[in-house]
Amino acid sequence: MTATGEPILRLRDLRVTFQTPAGPARAVRGVDLDVRAGESVAVVGESGSGKSVSMLATLGLLHNAEVSGSVKWGDTELVGASTDTLRSVRGRRIAMVFQDPMTSLNPVLTIGKQMSLVMKAHQPNLGKKELRTKAVDLLNRLAIPQADRRIDAYPHELSGGMRQRVMIAMAISNDPEVLIADEPTTALDVTVQAQIMELLLKLRNEHNLALVLITHDLGVVAGSADRVAVMYAGRIVERAPVLGLFASPGHPYTSALLDCLPRLDRRHDVVSSIGGTPPNPADLPEGCPFAPRCPKAIDACRSDEPNLVRIGTSDVACSVVAAGAAVGEPV
Amino acid sequence: MTDVISPARRLRRGRPEWLRGPALVGAIAITVWLLVALTVPLWSPYDPLAEVAPRLQGPSWHHLMGTDQLGRDVFTRMLWGSRTSLPVAFVVILSSVVIGTIVGAIAGYRGGWIDAVLMRFVDITMAFPPILLAMAITASLGPGVRNALIAMVLVWWPIYARLLRAQVIAVKQREYVESAEAIGVKRFAILRRYVLPMAYTPVLVNATMDFGQVVLLTASLSFIGLGARPPSPEWGAMITEGATQFYSWWIATAPGLAILVVVLAFNYVGDALRDSFDVKGVL
Repeated sequence: MTATGEPILRLRDLRVTFQTPAGPARAVRGVDLDVRAGESVAVVGESGSGKSVSMLATLGLLHNAEVSGSVKWGDTELVGASTDTLRSVRGRRIAMVFQDPMTSLNPVLTIGKQMSLVMKAHQPNLGKKELRTKAVDLLNRLAIPQADRRIDAYPHELSGGMRQRVMIAMAISNDPEVLIADEPTTALDVTVQAQIMELLLKLRNEHNLALVLITHDLGVVAGSADRVAVMYAGRIVERAPVLGLFASPGHPYTSALLDCLPRLDRRHDVVSSIGGTPPNPADLPEGCPFAPRCPKAIDACRSDEPNLVRIGTSDVACSVVAAGAAVGEPV
Repeated sequence: MTDVISPARRLRRGRPEWLRGPALVGAIAITVWLLVALTVPLWSPYDPLAEVAPRLQGPSWHHLMGTDQLGRDVFTRMLWGSRTSLPVAFVVILSSVVIGTIVGAIAGYRGGWIDAVLMRFVDITMAFPPILLAMAITASLGPGVRNALIAMVLVWWPIYARLLRAQVIAVKQREYVESAEAIGVKRFAILRRYVLPMAYTPVLVNATMDFGQVVLLTASLSFIGLGARPPSPEWGAMITEGATQFYSWWIATAPGLAILVVVLAFNYVGDALRDSFDVKGVL
């Protein structure tokens, strides 16, 4: 399913800088991303590539960072917006589910109470009974058995997968239009991961919800995303439809990531990895930040940082690939 | 995943684990003193203000702790003294905790210039030794139990403000708080339902410990004539009276023992609570 139509969430040249003792750390350096209703966009990258930070910045959840650029929800600008504006968007329009369900729930309140607080934030007219009915209904929709009893349980009484379902139930309780899931399955067992991803996709189909999946798991991407944005050192280095990305990765970094996936149809003695380490955001190399680790790097890569260029159905930020495409190689 | 959950309420029954050894002794002492304070008018051996026997009698079966220079029964006066010290300490601690919680929570949660202004104010207050500041305030307001109480609250709340602020700053960085923000829970609800419950333990432990300290401070202020005035039976004031009767050692010893027992008792209980909750940063 590929959604068409106007994007509902639009990131333009989003930049995030943290002040650190080692100097300014540029965690996000100009990210452009569109999210349309009902589509599922995966943001992929290594730890520290800026994928989570750019989404936290979208919701104005970064307290000690300089954020510039533009994040538009419809006609509302979110970068630099007032706390009231942000709060009216958070949960109601755009909701976020965090990585670790073990630490993302309030340990001293029952899950029913927490769900009520979330719903009351945007639907203040709901009464106690309605809140409870709605909470039970939500838990049922997320396939939580005995929902009417679980609602009085405390988070420590639930398993990890169960807690992640509760987190998702809370996130969708105010019918948001965009759900940002920050590595929603990282902390879970593989079997539970699949259940959670299935649930998220079901919710997307039922509610025409736009999903933004932040992940480093390319398996999750292949199974659930429509479009993929690959991030490296704070920038998007490749933006492509999911099939195109897996069939013919444009950026050398994407190829390297795909090579790291063990495959059933090949023999592996060693699981391959990308040599070197991601650059320090407080001390980025000149030119393309991937150049020091790139097998295809040429001299130009070490002096000029490439911008995204449309090649076929993908946008790729790589001087070598762009040069190859310009001389007429098929993409 | 399909296990049946036990009923939601499962409070531990019986004696809590921390309540043993010195803490148990302390808790019993506190309970006895509270009962005395509440009920002594019903069974008081003598009238605490009346001359009931010849003056300066040593301890005997009729007068367990002797009589003072006006022939009043020292044991009776000591019992009645709890009716000043314990309520005063309770009100001082409660008011300080309430004020300290409000200030500390706002400072810690909002941060920025509000935090800076509130905390500088706290710094200034805490720069003075508590007894000196309490003395100065009481002296300027005029001696008396009520003014001593106001002075002690003014001296004491900054401790809780600072303690709670530090806790709030630590707790507000937890993931579940950020997560609640990300799905739009209101700020006041986050502070009240998400941050405060997790930040409160050290305050409770500290309040228990401070109870004894406030009893001591109340007595100190009375001792130097700034708190309770004669003839009211108050431990500090009684020690002042006893101090002039050096050879009648029992007059000052009785209230002194009372203070010792109460302060120790609260310290024992506070210590056990601190260890049990594994609180760091409380003296």
